[in-house]
Amino acid sequence: MTPLVAAALPTREGFIAHVGRRSIQAGRALADVPTWAPLLAVQMRRLGVDSVPIALFIAVFTGIVLSLLSSYIFTGAVPLYFVGALVGKTIMMELGPVLTGMALAGRVGASIAAELGTMKVTEQVDALETLAYDRYSYLVVPRVLAATLMFPVVTAFAVAIGVLSGWITAVNLLDLSTTEFLKGLKQFYQFKDVWFGLVKSSSFGFAVALMGCLRGLATEGGAQGVGQSTTSAVVLGCEAILVLDAFWALVLL
Amino acid sequence: MIVLERLTKSFGSKAVLNGLSLDVPDGQNTVIIGASGAGKSVTLKLIVGLLEPGSGRVLVDDAVVGEMGRDELAALRGRIGYVFQFAALFDSMTVAQNIRLGLARRGHNEATIRQRIEESLDVVELSGSEDKMPGELSGGMRKRVGIARAIALKPRYILYDEPTTGLDPVTAALMDQLIMRTRDLGVTALVVTHDMRSAFSVGDRVALMHDGAIRQVGTVEEMQTSRDPLVRQFIEGRPDPVVLEPVVRRSAG
Repeated sequence: MTPLVAAALPTREGFIAHVGRRSIQAGRALADVPTWAPLLAVQMRRLGVDSVPIALFIAVFTGIVLSLLSSYIFTGAVPLYFVGALVGKTIMMELGPVLTGMALAGRVGASIAAELGTMKVTEQVDALETLAYDRYSYLVVPRVLAATLMFPVVTAFAVAIGVLSGWITAVNLLDLSTTEFLKGLKQFYQFKDVWFGLVKSSSFGFAVALMGCLRGLATEGGAQGVGQSTTSAVVLGCEAILVLDAFWALVLL
Repeated sequence: MIVLERLTKSFGSKAVLNGLSLDVPDGQNTVIIGASGAGKSVTLKLIVGLLEPGSGRVLVDDAVVGEMGRDELAALRGRIGYVFQFAALFDSMTVAQNIRLGLARRGHNEATIRQRIEESLDVVELSGSEDKMPGELSGGMRKRVGIARAIALKPRYILYDEPTTGLDPVTAALMDQLIMRTRDLGVTALVVTHDMRSAFSVGDRVALMHDGAIRQVGTVEEMQTSRDPLVRQFIEGRPDPVVLEPVVRRSAG
């Protein structure tokens, strides 16, 4: 064994031990249903329902741009009813989940990291533990579960509104009828388009909330520490979304 | 009884505790005095298992805290109330909800919870504040709610972290009265402070912490008549650079 390998071994063992400890912590926290279950609905509203307006705002303009862009690309080359196909496919499979995920990484990831970071530096997390609550059961599990469950719901609304705005744009601004738009939409539609997008967005919710929680609970210092945690939660959340997006494309397409 | 045996604790290269040993006898108020940054709060966190010592042991009722499993630690925390320096109230909850949280964790029924909330707020003279948010309370009121949250659990021990810091003299005297009142309820208290007036007012035994260890421990009279230059300097509040230099240097670091 080379000295380099020998030096690397404790690190690898340390990493495995760390992952093992984290897994045990996660398992225990998940099993502590009486602690997190009453908090789940509140987090689903805060992280999911309250995020609907920003997701819909993005979806409306994405639908408009996609409709105009596809018309610009297809005119003179491809029948214009393909606008419906491109708007539908792209929003359902990619732009709906990813843009919604990115927007929610900012809103949800930042909100979780700032809240938990402030709780950490003001000793509220320690106070919770002295009252015999597990920080992961009380703070992390309800947020991560809520985001995992609610991101697909918000994404579904965003996809519906995005396609709707694309259709309205096509009918009003392009030389396209409703029948033609729907023809394109239906011709290439597969059920997989929908569940592929929703599975992706669920994984995005999991990653964004987890990053927010872990960065928040790792906060040190005061206001500056909270700011740093918040920023890194958003950055890591966005990076995780892009990596997961590629992962799902490789695995499921 | 709480027993601290040869505790050490470091954060990175900074050694905070350096072989600290101290007994906290039942039914008495033990006060640890020492300069800011001397490791007093760290000592309290070691007792409830919020931190782990580098070496040494913490024994509570003859059980070693570091060897406790998750359930044992939760049970231990049920016997120890913790009053944080800045109260650490959950700022998204009302006063009553703050007190309720620990009671609900212990499975008390609704009637008992209401009764305990009422009683504990009565002890700290804040009856009628149940529905107020922490943001609406003054610093002194927040600390009193922190005491109410701790005593509502009817703990065997209470740990007070700088209970009079940042309070006006009248409110500080009220805090001292509350600490004496909890002792009269049969609770063993460990108070850390650098407020000498408060230390001599509430303490049955006083210990001076210096350089990460206990320099001297004794009754109030013994400490007041001590000939140890460091004890005299701390009691009299003389900024002697020669004696206090290590403390000041470590605090700055």
